[in-house]
Amino acid sequence: MTTTETPPTGAVPAAEKKNWRTSGGVRGWFGRQHWAVRTVLALVFAAVAYLLPYAGDVPVLGPQIITEGIDWPSALFNMSYYVLLALGLNVVVGFAGLLDLGYVGFFAVGAYTVAMLTSPDSVLHTEWPWLAAIPVALAIAMLSGLILGWPTLRLRGDYLAIVTLGFAEIIRIFATSSETLRGDRGFSDIPHPPGSYADGKPIFGVADATPYYWLGLSVIILVIFGVRNLDRSRVGRSWLAIREDEEAAEIMGVRTIKYKLWAFAIGAFIGGLGGVMFAGQQGFMNSQTFILQFSILVLAGVVMGGSGNLFGAILGGALISYIPDRLRGIEDPIFHTDLFGFRFAIFGLVIIAIMIFRPQGLIPSRRRAMELKDREKEVAPQ
Amino acid sequence: MRQVLARAIGGLAVIGLVAGAAACNSSSSSDDAASGNCGYKLAFFGALTGSAANLGVNIEQGFELAIKQYNTKKGSECITVAKFDSQGEPAVAPGVARNLVADKKILGIVGPPFSGESEAADPIFEEAGIPTITPSATRVSLSANGWKTFHRAVANDDAQGPAAANYIKDVLKAQKVFVADDQSAYGAGLADVVKKTLGSSVVATDKTEADGKQTDFSAVVQKVVSSGATAMFYGGYYQNGGLIRKQLTAANWKGVLVGGDGMKDPGLAKAAGNNAATGTVVTCPCSPPEKAGGTFVADYKKQWNVDAGTYSDVAFDAANVFLAGIDAGNTTPEKLNTYLSTVNYTGIANVYKWTATGELDPNSIKVWAFKFDATGNTIADQEVKTS
Amino acid sequence: MNFSGLIQDFGPLTITGLAQGAIIALFALGYTLVYGVLRLINFAHSEVFLLGSYACLIVWGLFGLDQNSATPNMVAVLGYLLLGLLAAVVISGVTALGVELVAYRPLRRRNAPPLAFLITAIGASLFISETVGVVTKRNITGVPPLIRPTDVVVIGNMHVTNLQILIIVLALVAMFVLDRFINRSRLGRGIRAVAQNPDSAALMGVNKSRVIALVFLIGGLMAGIAAVMYDLKIGVTRFDAGFLLGIEAFTAAVLGGIGNLRGALLGGLLLGVLQNYAAGLFGTQWLHAASFVLLVLILLVRPTGLLGESLGRARA
Repeated sequence: MTTTETPPTGAVPAAEKKNWRTSGGVRGWFGRQHWAVRTVLALVFAAVAYLLPYAGDVPVLGPQIITEGIDWPSALFNMSYYVLLALGLNVVVGFAGLLDLGYVGFFAVGAYTVAMLTSPDSVLHTEWPWLAAIPVALAIAMLSGLILGWPTLRLRGDYLAIVTLGFAEIIRIFATSSETLRGDRGFSDIPHPPGSYADGKPIFGVADATPYYWLGLSVIILVIFGVRNLDRSRVGRSWLAIREDEEAAEIMGVRTIKYKLWAFAIGAFIGGLGGVMFAGQQGFMNSQTFILQFSILVLAGVVMGGSGNLFGAILGGALISYIPDRLRGIEDPIFHTDLFGFRFAIFGLVIIAIMIFRPQGLIPSRRRAMELKDREKEVAPQ
Repeated sequence: MRQVLARAIGGLAVIGLVAGAAACNSSSSSDDAASGNCGYKLAFFGALTGSAANLGVNIEQGFELAIKQYNTKKGSECITVAKFDSQGEPAVAPGVARNLVADKKILGIVGPPFSGESEAADPIFEEAGIPTITPSATRVSLSANGWKTFHRAVANDDAQGPAAANYIKDVLKAQKVFVADDQSAYGAGLADVVKKTLGSSVVATDKTEADGKQTDFSAVVQKVVSSGATAMFYGGYYQNGGLIRKQLTAANWKGVLVGGDGMKDPGLAKAAGNNAATGTVVTCPCSPPEKAGGTFVADYKKQWNVDAGTYSDVAFDAANVFLAGIDAGNTTPEKLNTYLSTVNYTGIANVYKWTATGELDPNSIKVWAFKFDATGNTIADQEVKTS
Repeated sequence: MNFSGLIQDFGPLTITGLAQGAIIALFALGYTLVYGVLRLINFAHSEVFLLGSYACLIVWGLFGLDQNSATPNMVAVLGYLLLGLLAAVVISGVTALGVELVAYRPLRRRNAPPLAFLITAIGASLFISETVGVVTKRNITGVPPLIRPTDVVVIGNMHVTNLQILIIVLALVAMFVLDRFINRSRLGRGIRAVAQNPDSAALMGVNKSRVIALVFLIGGLMAGIAAVMYDLKIGVTRFDAGFLLGIEAFTAAVLGGIGNLRGALLGGLLLGVLQNYAAGLFGTQWLHAASFVLLVLILLVRPTGLLGESLGRARA
């Protein structure tokens, strides 16, 4: 859609718009600013993100933004771990071009490792604090990425998709059916993150989700820095080469299997991080959460936002959590019944609409947009 | 140009959808407070969408019916129904629960229906001090968390399991029993107790996937047929129960299927067909509604145009317990919670008198066996002893 | 692990597995055909099946049949079956075309990246199944007992029922006709041409859009037949029935070699049977896990499935 720019038909605003677009739109303008200006703008943006829990207090606009049927800070926290997952999946799908339909598997590995190490229900009886379990959980998540990747990365695109899907289903079924992972009975009393206020009340309690959101947001910012640097490093360039033409990359000396494994491991790491955050907030978890639809939803988020673009993935990840939550507690204007039953149906329509109007996602990757322009010329008449 | 326009329209459509939807938020909270203990809310918390919604809707409708009847009696919209959809998922429940406790007009909660979401949401209700009555979360350990606001309106798995086993042993006199469950906290818990109580007469066991995750049960059915069992106990909910019954009948197995209260639903006959379902036995830690008199069954059908399902009656009772408390002037969550600790209320399904941990008084627990008849309804068969 | 149980029940598990596998195979055709021509995973195909499974129930409902009806006489059963099949096939076919029109065609016009198609298909799938969920209040719908299973052949403890024979035969006939159609007819040649090389086919005068629509339609028709057989076998349908069986059908398609018609048949039957063996051996809860383990193992040895991808190449 965006690729088939028709020449402006003489109207002046259209011509101006064209200029604005060819010079890169908002991102182009942002890139041309002085580094200090950029830093200030980024800080302002981050500050706004941290203040989001209070969005409801903003007159007029606030009530339009916040969710009705679900507590707003909790909705924000949910968005934060969806965003983490989207960032991780973006490394696998967007950067390295590996279609992974079972990403929720890594999320599950992270969450289950935390549960096993910390919950009194676990057979290990270690009952570690939440913080101590994190390194182990992340290491195991990364390891699981390597273990899955080692045998499967030989497979081509769509076969990889079904194998990863199978992997996630096996994890789910194993979690449901094995005694050790407790299935539907789940793990209770998973400890929350540490810290307490001056009056001795814990910062991370059960009643208020705002601290969890802030924690999630901070983790997201760290992950953004990490992933951005990776993408601009040798690793990122190798991913680009693999995504574009695997055979050519191999011939040019890129060790494709190695870098694909890297992508899987880093994706798994971030997915595991999402699982760790989830377990820390939740306090209780069982096998019900790790269903296949969850991975598919995250994938939809990444592609919808703009696969290959960090901020696209963030936007997409936030939207897949936000749209259904926002549709809670809303009455439809015609029959005056609550719309929440329809929210996933509406969500499906929104996904279709977004993809039709913006096939490369809401915030497309610039490299990808250029590739697409190239392909446009080759396309056969429909 | 056309395409630019199309994009603009598309963008507007998306924005319009969100904004338009936002514009019609149902934020019509009427503030006609406190005449005759009115103007408060009771909440339902449970699955209204998602794959477990059928169970949640049964409960919600029972709950809402009680409040509608109360309001009709009062002649005004005295108590408002507030519905909170947890989708039955522990991952969704906390956010919805925090939203619930933010509404200060809510005095009591019926729910959460499932044990998993209870574990995730009840700590939040506990901190807020709002009393809950769960009509169906039967996991034994729930009452061991020290929650003061937790109340269970049914007997837990430990009470129901032995009764089901006794029925198989004493009434059906089955020598060979096949036990299976759906791996849910409820189903597996119940099946484990049944296995323990029946001991050596269990000839074989199996596990299936949960409701909505499996529809072809030919392997289980084959195992049942080969085992030579004359009775099968299935720990699970009515959809799977009905499908298994239908496929057992199709494989020409003549034994009796026995289940717990999760299968006491007309939906079982709907899945199996009335012919196949006839004779299926379900135990329930509840008394038959017709014993209590009243017109619940007819009222429910009239209001919702469907038959009352699993736990509809318990939810109806739970709402009525709250309403009786509010009527007596307990108009804060704290007072209502205190009221629950002293209440002795006879409802249509049970006598409600709670111990300090929120369990029903063991002396008041009665387990009945029900049988599916040729019209697909459950008919009270007999009371079963629980030990 | 219950080896003696598996050996004892080997016969019955095989025949019930074959019946289930036949349904999976027909369902899998939709995935395989679309993949063969467009190289896309059509996620919305599960909902094509779902609407088919409701369509025949609605038609039977018009005649006052529900799960509690008595089984009608032979002639009536035949009539009902044909009507039900017709309804399911029409609705599934129309749904498949609709999905192509709404979710795929606009993207193809814009030459969107392959992932975009996957996501619109997911959107379409969500929309259809959730709407059905809301309309049916997420409850089950029972199926009239049109065919009462009676034993036709008994070998040892293996009872082969009339229903199982019907399902397997119907699936084989449908597959045979389709195989002939793709290999022998003019339209089939068009499909193979587009599958081999879309651009050359277009240059040679094949109407690509029409071929793609045709492929969706055929997939829909097969899913419609599968849906009726599923209804009769399982006895119940529900808003998420399509998603559930869809995953299995997709697995079967990949197992046999996606894009390959005979591969879909082989994959479906194999999956149905092996799932049952696994359920007998390890317990029914491992049934689905077994199918994925099998898939991974086979792909490691044969990276393009058992029979390889071949719609269009060499023989179908």
